[in-house]
Amino acid sequence: MTLADSQQIAPPEPPRYIVFWRRYRRNRAALLGLFLFVLVVLMALSAGLVDPEDPLRRAGPPLTPPFTSWETPLGTDQLGRDVLSGVFYGARISLMIGVVATLVAISIGVVIGALAGYFGGWVDDVLMRITEAFQTIPNFVLLLALVAIMGSKIEWITLAIGIVSWTAPARMVRAEFMSLRHREFVDAARNLGVSNTAIIFREILPNAMPPIVVYASVIMALSILMESALAFLSLGDPNYASWGNMIGQGRAVLRSAPYCSVIPGIAIILTVLSFSLLGEGLNDALNPRQKKT
Amino acid sequence: MTGSHPILELRNLQISLPKGADRPLALEGLDLTIEPGEIVCLVGESGSGKSLCAGAIMGLLPEPHVRVTGGEIRFMGEDLRGRSDSMMRKLRGADIAMIFQEPMTALNPQKTVGWQLDEVLRLHTDMNRAQRRARTLEMLERVHIPDPQSAYNAYPHQISGGQRQRVMIAMALSLSPKLIIADEPTTALDVTTQLQILKLIRELQQDEGAGILFITHDFGVVAEVANKVAVLCRGELVEAGTTDEVLNNPQHAYTRALIAAVPALTPPPVKAVNTLPVVLRGTGLKKTFAARGGLLSGRRKAVTAVSDLSFELHQGETLGVVGESGSGKTTVSRIVTRLLECDAGSVEVDGKDLLACSPRELRAMRKHIQMVFQDPMASLNPRKRVVDLIAQGPIVHGTDPALARENAKKLLELVELSPSAANRFPHEFSGGQRQRIGIARALALEPKVIVADEPVSALDVSVQAQVLKLLADLRERLNLSLLFVTHDLRVAAHLCDRVMVMQKGEVVEHGPTAEIFADPQHPYTQSLLSSIPGRDWTPPSRHTDAA
Amino acid sequence: MAVHMPPILIYALRRLLQAVPVVILIMITTFLLLKLAPGDTVDALVGDMGGADADFIARLRAEYGLDQPVLVQLWRYMVKLASFDFGWSFVYEQPVSTVLMERLGTTLLLMATSLSIAFTLGIVLGAIAARRAYSLTDNVISVLGLVFYATPSFFLSLMLILVFSVHLGWLPVGGIKTIAAFYTGWDHVWDVARHLIMPTAALSLIYLAFYLRLMRASVIEVADLDYVRTARAKGAKEGRLMIHHIMRNALLPVVTLLGLQFSTVLGGSIVVETIFTLPGLGQLAYQSVVQRDMNTLMGIIFLCSIIVVVVNFLTDLLYARLDSRIELV
Repeated sequence: MTLADSQQIAPPEPPRYIVFWRRYRRNRAALLGLFLFVLVVLMALSAGLVDPEDPLRRAGPPLTPPFTSWETPLGTDQLGRDVLSGVFYGARISLMIGVVATLVAISIGVVIGALAGYFGGWVDDVLMRITEAFQTIPNFVLLLALVAIMGSKIEWITLAIGIVSWTAPARMVRAEFMSLRHREFVDAARNLGVSNTAIIFREILPNAMPPIVVYASVIMALSILMESALAFLSLGDPNYASWGNMIGQGRAVLRSAPYCSVIPGIAIILTVLSFSLLGEGLNDALNPRQKKT
Repeated sequence: MTGSHPILELRNLQISLPKGADRPLALEGLDLTIEPGEIVCLVGESGSGKSLCAGAIMGLLPEPHVRVTGGEIRFMGEDLRGRSDSMMRKLRGADIAMIFQEPMTALNPQKTVGWQLDEVLRLHTDMNRAQRRARTLEMLERVHIPDPQSAYNAYPHQISGGQRQRVMIAMALSLSPKLIIADEPTTALDVTTQLQILKLIRELQQDEGAGILFITHDFGVVAEVANKVAVLCRGELVEAGTTDEVLNNPQHAYTRALIAAVPALTPPPVKAVNTLPVVLRGTGLKKTFAARGGLLSGRRKAVTAVSDLSFELHQGETLGVVGESGSGKTTVSRIVTRLLECDAGSVEVDGKDLLACSPRELRAMRKHIQMVFQDPMASLNPRKRVVDLIAQGPIVHGTDPALARENAKKLLELVELSPSAANRFPHEFSGGQRQRIGIARALALEPKVIVADEPVSALDVSVQAQVLKLLADLRERLNLSLLFVTHDLRVAAHLCDRVMVMQKGEVVEHGPTAEIFADPQHPYTQSLLSSIPGRDWTPPSRHTDAA
Repeated sequence: MAVHMPPILIYALRRLLQAVPVVILIMITTFLLLKLAPGDTVDALVGDMGGADADFIARLRAEYGLDQPVLVQLWRYMVKLASFDFGWSFVYEQPVSTVLMERLGTTLLLMATSLSIAFTLGIVLGAIAARRAYSLTDNVISVLGLVFYATPSFFLSLMLILVFSVHLGWLPVGGIKTIAAFYTGWDHVWDVARHLIMPTAALSLIYLAFYLRLMRASVIEVADLDYVRTARAKGAKEGRLMIHHIMRNALLPVVTLLGLQFSTVLGGSIVVETIFTLPGLGQLAYQSVVQRDMNTLMGIIFLCSIIVVVVNFLTDLLYARLDSRIELV
């Protein structure tokens, strides 16, 4: 800044979402992630159009190889189920479980992390010991125990995945709150007479949102991986087509018909990859300071 | 052999910035010469390109984004441009050394001080271990570090900021370089430490006869050390000459404006305030940062930040709280606003003890005592529009939101910002403008007292002068009562009617500013005042009778 | 304190004390899970016997203390856990602790090998990628990291089996040793190693991606710091900068992850051990879920948690040694 321009104001910036998009699209990998993500969402939405009937029914002769029949373009498994519609319906289940479990995990994490980070002291001590205990129990073992106790219904599985995933976001939110709590704008709000609740939710939380959103994409990826692992071990909900379950079933015919596991496997990899790339893109776009220089 | 050559000669040096920067060239044709035994100050505000100049000489620019695109860099008569990386490495540390601004971060936290000093010798000499150790200890001694033996084995975080800067200097000088580049070496230091370091640099330089390129933004420091001065404005050299010429007879308008922005050390006349009503009274305030924990967490020593502080602030008066870091002055600003709970004492605002209030009463009381914060970047919530930031206080205290927003726009005018800026976000403003918004927010509640915590220390000199002027104007017009916390004695002299000088949590001296500056009683105040860089230099615009 | 102890010992003691509430909380969690589970020990016992009359069941309940208030039950349970008594497994007809100890070795071996490989390769590749940031090398390493990160461990395991066992026939499909071979000495070691190659690869490749990504980010961040610039201004070469100034500092967050990640890797071993039929804790966990053997499952949870606590403790000590800024006292 030089001498005379103190009263001059820089020309207005374009709206935030445009700035955000400009930053986001600079990262080509992130664009690929967005493309894959849209693709998976479209698959989930159009599953009913691709195959209006139950994906678990017999659709053709068992073990039809891919690209040999118009009825079942990606082939059938040993029970004659259509692999293509399995992949489409699987996208639905993976996304649904991923989204809901992430919401559960992030909500618990934000509440615990915000309280611990904002108040500090004994509140922090107590909440952090609990978080540490939860983090110490290997989360997949805990997930198995919860599923063993609550049963394999899809609602319970989703909830259980959320319950075993909240510790990492809680720690992150806590760290974020601890650093934001000492920023001067929080003192400024307190000095205006703003209440604690309003400070937590209206002053600090909006500023802590970018890392939370980025982290949500990580949780989302991990939730999808966990669900598929459960389904692979045939501990998932048997009433729904799931990628993990398809791979688990395909294991029996791995030697003769590897495509039964490979196709859903690629679907999982691309979906999880899309969330990772999306997360990195969001991170670059929301925290520009890291990549500026 | 090379006696006829100056140590450093920059001719028409050009550095380009990457696309998207505020200008295409960081430096446009800089000419500069440093002779042996000379200290040349390169002065400019932030963004003037002064630090990149240092990077260019060292060959340490963040290439390829920022690179030298034209001109010559002659060191001892030889052009450094186009030198291979390995040749530059031999020069760096041995013939050209550098001292950085932040002693906190400039040393590797995982290596001992001794190891890091030793590294220079290991890189450039054939000395054996014992010789290197002896040389390192000798250097530590030369930069006056008490107990060089234990400093040798200490990690950087175990010694103070001033000592770390001494270590940096020892590192830079250990091979007697011909050129030393000092990039704002004292900016991060307290005023008394700053003076010691400046003296040290001078002293060592006279022993060694090296040339020094001293980069700074502070004309006080220039007056203290420089032989020659070059002034940079947005990459352009606007003025160069001997220190005397530039400081006392500046030619270029920019230089004149910069110099005029340096607050003079002439305090305002003594104001008779004792008859006016007291608006803020602190009595017996104490704050100790307790040692936390016991078995479960590490034990720390308790630190007394403020011990038994009492003061009175009268209507329409500005009371300065001055001191160095660790003196407790910032703690004072936090306890009187009860942003920090204090251990004992009372703070009376408007006849009521703020510290005895229940949380609900406290929230209501807060409208009487408002605050202007240090960091204009951090003190405004980046997610809120300016109008909401200013109107937030009145809305919390029950004003109709529409009305509060209307008033907010008027306040923007009062702090000399266009009301059309009301719907912008804070990051769209410059530092000085943001501080104006902060002031408007404090004024919105029409408080009885405003506590200002280092409100101008994060700003460039010229912007600082404008904000100070605004504060002074507002004070006259609105009859404000200010508690003004600052480390900068020039600023205190400029604005405060009375000052309290704090050291280690205690007030060592207080009284009218004019009296204290003219005749300090306490030795600490004396040393503070005698450490102000350039205290003997009076900027030309304020000469009453020309020499 | 009057007793003079080396600071690192005091630090270690303090960390141990901090772990106590965590262990207690884990005990309470397993107790609650056990209570939530349908059926208790007596139900299992009665089921095992093939049924009994109500009177006998009530007497059994009293004998097992199941008629006591919940807090008393909790206390007894915690005392038992503290002495590593996890109750009786009605599936294996053995004390749970005996079953667990038989299988602990396999899991620890798998953990140790795959974590060391993942950690070492991860930091080396991460450092290489960071030093050549945005080059072809970096892109290849980063893409591979992302893909492995996105690959479910069971899928990777199946693909390894498909390639190395089914198609190439190089490696055994599962188990910890060749059952009928009765190898001894070095033959035995080699046999076990051959069986462990694929499970280790499957686990380490996935967790390698974590370390790789963190190390890359960490090195890039540290390389920008002031003290690296200082070292450069001293005339240090890139190699020296990397080893003494960058890596030394960039390693710290990665070491922290080593402890945090351990519990995830332990969870991941369930799937891998099940696929490769390795007789470890992970496979046991899966079997106990399928067979509803709650005592064994809770035993596994507790034992695994204790292992994680111990590993975290060790990484804390390592960290304290590595980071000079940690005040030990």
